[in-house]
Amino acid sequence: MYALEIENLHKTYASGLQALKGIDLEVETGDFFALLGPNGAGKSTCIGIISGLVNKTAGSVRIFGHSIDNEFLVAKSLLGSVPQEFNFNTFEPVEEIVVNQAGYYGVPARIARQETERYLKQLGLWQHRRSQARRLSGGMKRRLMIARALVHKPQLLILDEPTAGVDIELRRTMWDFLDQINDQGTTIILTTHYLEEAERMCRNVAIIDGGSIIQNSSMKSLLKQLNSETFVLYLRDELAQAPQLERFDNVVRLDQHSIEVEVPEALSINDLVGELETRGIVVERMRNKVNRLEELFVKMTARPDTEKLA
Amino acid sequence: MLRQFWIAYLTIARKEIMRFTRIWVQTIVPPVVMVALYFIIFGNLIGQRIGEMDGMLYIDFIMPGLVMMSIITNSYANVVSSFYGAKYSRHIEEMQVAPVPNIVILLGFVTGGVARGLSVGVAVTLVSLLFTEFSVHSPSIVLLVALLTSCLFAMAGLINAIFANSFDDISIVPTFVLTPLTYLGGIFYSIKLLPEFWQQVSLGNPILYMVNSFRFGFRGASDIELMSALLVILSFIAVLFVVCLVLLERGTGIRQ
Repeated sequence: MYALEIENLHKTYASGLQALKGIDLEVETGDFFALLGPNGAGKSTCIGIISGLVNKTAGSVRIFGHSIDNEFLVAKSLLGSVPQEFNFNTFEPVEEIVVNQAGYYGVPARIARQETERYLKQLGLWQHRRSQARRLSGGMKRRLMIARALVHKPQLLILDEPTAGVDIELRRTMWDFLDQINDQGTTIILTTHYLEEAERMCRNVAIIDGGSIIQNSSMKSLLKQLNSETFVLYLRDELAQAPQLERFDNVVRLDQHSIEVEVPEALSINDLVGELETRGIVVERMRNKVNRLEELFVKMTARPDTEKLA
Repeated sequence: MLRQFWIAYLTIARKEIMRFTRIWVQTIVPPVVMVALYFIIFGNLIGQRIGEMDGMLYIDFIMPGLVMMSIITNSYANVVSSFYGAKYSRHIEEMQVAPVPNIVILLGFVTGGVARGLSVGVAVTLVSLLFTEFSVHSPSIVLLVALLTSCLFAMAGLINAIFANSFDDISIVPTFVLTPLTYLGGIFYSIKLLPEFWQQVSLGNPILYMVNSFRFGFRGASDIELMSALLVILSFIAVLFVVCLVLLERGTGIRQ
């Protein structure tokens, strides 16, 4: 059974903006799925429809086989969602926010308190349980929303930019926590602008752009499509201009001690380093210019600069 | 499923009640102070010169109306500010994503409004004892009318909040509609004092029925027949209940 099935989903806002143009999507039970796309691509609209926050124009959505139209009470009880923006009462104490959310799902008070304690402890918020939510840092607020989304034990968890504005150390802690939740059987759908996060965590991926799904595959097969990678090389000696290499076309001099080279899939790093050595250029260090998924993502969703700013 | 809805209802109701009790200095005290001033100025100072109204002391005449005014404004204010606040800061989404039927959301918010309306009503009644003797003609009618009226205005507050797009919008209706209708609803005078034409016009004011039926509960005297007053109140409740549910189902003002 699929955790999520979306068929021909359309959304046109009152302003006339066509946010979704008939998307189809299936997410398997137990998956860790990335839903990626540039700003305004339709990700949040899609998540809003699944969560019941946005009315769809046409199409169908089923959560573990339950339609959000005809069986919305069952469908909603299986879903937990962490939205992009903070949407809790900032004047309420942290513990009350989570306990109340459990109450909305019909969880009895005693169990709600136990589950709240469990998740607040796991997410490092227990010592702040009596603080008003507005007193929390940005990272703590994100963790609070995750605790709130999990308190009724959903089988499908949707995370819309859960690590936005969170420092790298905390982000890694959150990755470990989400991995653990996924290992325990919760299906997770993640949207993020940190593509290394999606590459590290997700097994399957869909890319949405302009209201349509332009890619839907496993992460592995998607990354195989990448037929070149760009590396930044740090050189021992100064370089006056970019060297001319026989088998590598795109070589750019960044400064006196570094160059950027695009390495085609057919060639290896050894080939590159060897060719540089024949020209007396010694490589001291190197790194990927960008994460592999990011490179693909940029190519797939590329559009003119004027359009990006519009 | 019913147990699940009951827990959800209790959660919303409890949260709403906690909200206004936590800030009781802002929610309970001001109406009590305001009504105390009404009693001092209109009841004691001016009232003594007016003499009797409808066969009773003026201060006894205005007492039920002042209590009713507090119930109306507070049950309305509680829901309009709470629901709009939830909409504005988007924590209404906490309920929208959960399996909570709209009727449960409606009843939860209305319970909060009723609780505040009745709390203020009791507080104001206690204050009135400083100025007038406590006498109740029919406690059951007093309770029934207070309950129904607070339900009605809690729902009216919810509708206002649903359509409001700014904090200004939640004060327009109380300022330009609710307050004039309340003052012209027979709190301070009997409509029998008005010329025939204005008596007929006053009958179009729903608050007149609430104030008079409430006064009947306290004093046993009213400008309006009790049954027709209750019928008017119940009709308004039925209409507002349906309107609230339809708006919540459509997601007006809260779902794109």
